[in-house]
Amino acid sequence: MSDTDGANSDAGKLSYESVLKDAATNVAEFDQDESFGRKLQNWLHATPAAVPVFVLIMAVIVFGLILGSKFFSPFAMTLILQQVMIVGITASAQTLVILTAGIDLSVGAIMVFSSVIMGQFTFRYGIPAEISIGIGLMAGALMGFINGVLVAYVKLPPFIVTLGTWQIFLAANFLYSANETIRAQEIEEQAPALQLFGESFRFGGAVFTYGAVAMLVIVFLLAYVLRNTAWGRHVYAVGDDQEAAELSGVKVKNTLIQVYTLSGLICAFAGWCLIGRIGSVSPTSGQNANIEAITAVVIGGVSLFGGRGSILGALAGGLIVGVFSLGLRMIGTDPQWTYLLIGALIIFAVTVDQWIRKGTA
Amino acid sequence: MSTAPILQARGLVKKFGKVTALNGCDFELYPGEVLAVIGDNGAGKSVMIKSLSGAIQPDSGVVELDSQPVHFNSPLEARAAGIETVYQTLAMSPALSIADNMFMGRELRKPGWRGKYLRQLDKSSMDAFAREKLNELGLMTIQNIRQAVETLSGGQRQGIAVARAAAFGSKVIILDEPTAALGVKESRRVLELIQDVRSRGIPIVLISHNMPHVFEVADRIHIHRLGRRLCVIKPSDHSMSEAVAMMTGAMEPPKEVQAA
Repeated sequence: MSDTDGANSDAGKLSYESVLKDAATNVAEFDQDESFGRKLQNWLHATPAAVPVFVLIMAVIVFGLILGSKFFSPFAMTLILQQVMIVGITASAQTLVILTAGIDLSVGAIMVFSSVIMGQFTFRYGIPAEISIGIGLMAGALMGFINGVLVAYVKLPPFIVTLGTWQIFLAANFLYSANETIRAQEIEEQAPALQLFGESFRFGGAVFTYGAVAMLVIVFLLAYVLRNTAWGRHVYAVGDDQEAAELSGVKVKNTLIQVYTLSGLICAFAGWCLIGRIGSVSPTSGQNANIEAITAVVIGGVSLFGGRGSILGALAGGLIVGVFSLGLRMIGTDPQWTYLLIGALIIFAVTVDQWIRKGTA
Repeated sequence: MSTAPILQARGLVKKFGKVTALNGCDFELYPGEVLAVIGDNGAGKSVMIKSLSGAIQPDSGVVELDSQPVHFNSPLEARAAGIETVYQTLAMSPALSIADNMFMGRELRKPGWRGKYLRQLDKSSMDAFAREKLNELGLMTIQNIRQAVETLSGGQRQGIAVARAAAFGSKVIILDEPTAALGVKESRRVLELIQDVRSRGIPIVLISHNMPHVFEVADRIHIHRLGRRLCVIKPSDHSMSEAVAMMTGAMEPPKEVQAA
């Protein structure tokens, strides 16, 4: 018990501490002769979207050099935006969930089921399209809410919850719609509001769909909320260390439910955009939405372990996939090359994520 | 002391499966005092503290704050009532900044419409406040208030957790092993801070294994053994070795201080 050596001097400072009055009081300064790699690591840690944005710019430049003005044109650039619209929106929802150290495998199912609800309510029950859209959005939010309750209160792992609800929502989608597609022509004649986000406007050579604009609005809105509001900070804290967040006063359960509900709402919105993109309402559409959204998020540098990454990174991730697909198609390669490259990018992105974490542990 | 306790617990029981963590535990904290809680590992100190701070709900027993019975279902409720706790695990989000962590759950919003309608955080005031509190604690080796907590040393993290509690605690501050990871200089600062907080009239509960620290700052010492309070002694009446002997069961506590 060397601790009790000071027992004789119960009161006052312990003797070994008397020299502290001479201790240095200036702010610590260090010679910053750190290596470039170390500095880069620290900078990337503070700016998680930097890697995907850099890859995106490089990809645009490389394809621009190979393909020239055919690729490097306002038309092609905005075409990419249109093509990544659905992925971009679902990836935003996915980012929110992944930031809380969860995963939402049901984003695609919620999207399709919501679009089917919007379509069927309009055509089967004759409800005005605007109201049906509102009902579809609420249905998506409800589906997300169910995920959230199962994760937050029943305390099931998000992977299991959404693996289950993915099947449930998709099956419900087929059962409810009776596998029936509403044709584009009918929608155009009777309920054009459903196709709103497929409509486009020109700006010089650029063609923007409302859906592409909506995607950008959602991304920037969420980026603001995550960065500049208390709620956004709580989302990060929950994903970082759930117990610590709870102890330091974050309502973890509420935050989780809000995140999954918002994710569902955004997916339903993606469902509305989906109708605009493909024209019709089809229960079999958007089958790859899950994997594409997760791919965009991972390439965008969002950590699957939660608490790290940004929504702008996820957008960049979606755009990278879009640039690769369009660029490689224009070059005329086998589309499998796209998947091969994207697979390599996923592994690269996660390697970079691990490296960034190691630097600060 | 004739005044009523500010924070009091009666007959707390908490079982985890077959393990009894608290076995009819009593606790009293009087206004303006520093009460040290000592006890062997596994004696149930942390469970008792968590019952007081809302992190654990006891199976039975009463907790009273200002003589009013209270039931904290979460640390947030205890915090709203003015009880601020520094946990052993520190409860910080490693990837977030120092300022983010200090204000977690009670963030400041910008004045005017940007705070009201855009719910925008007032980052510059939060940074300034965090910087000021850290300086008060002498944590000047921290270079950047916006750096992530995971880039700090264990001692610096602990310093921030203590600074957070001291900055916001209005009625009771509970410190669970606040000097365990700190250097000599930082430990001294924490002890000074404890005395500083006491002089502001806010009572402190200090859980510690460091007997010299306990004997230096505590007004009374609550000795915890086998899930309940064994006795409460005054540091002036007993030596450190006697306290350790009582806490480990090597010595019977003196009759006059034995808990009921």
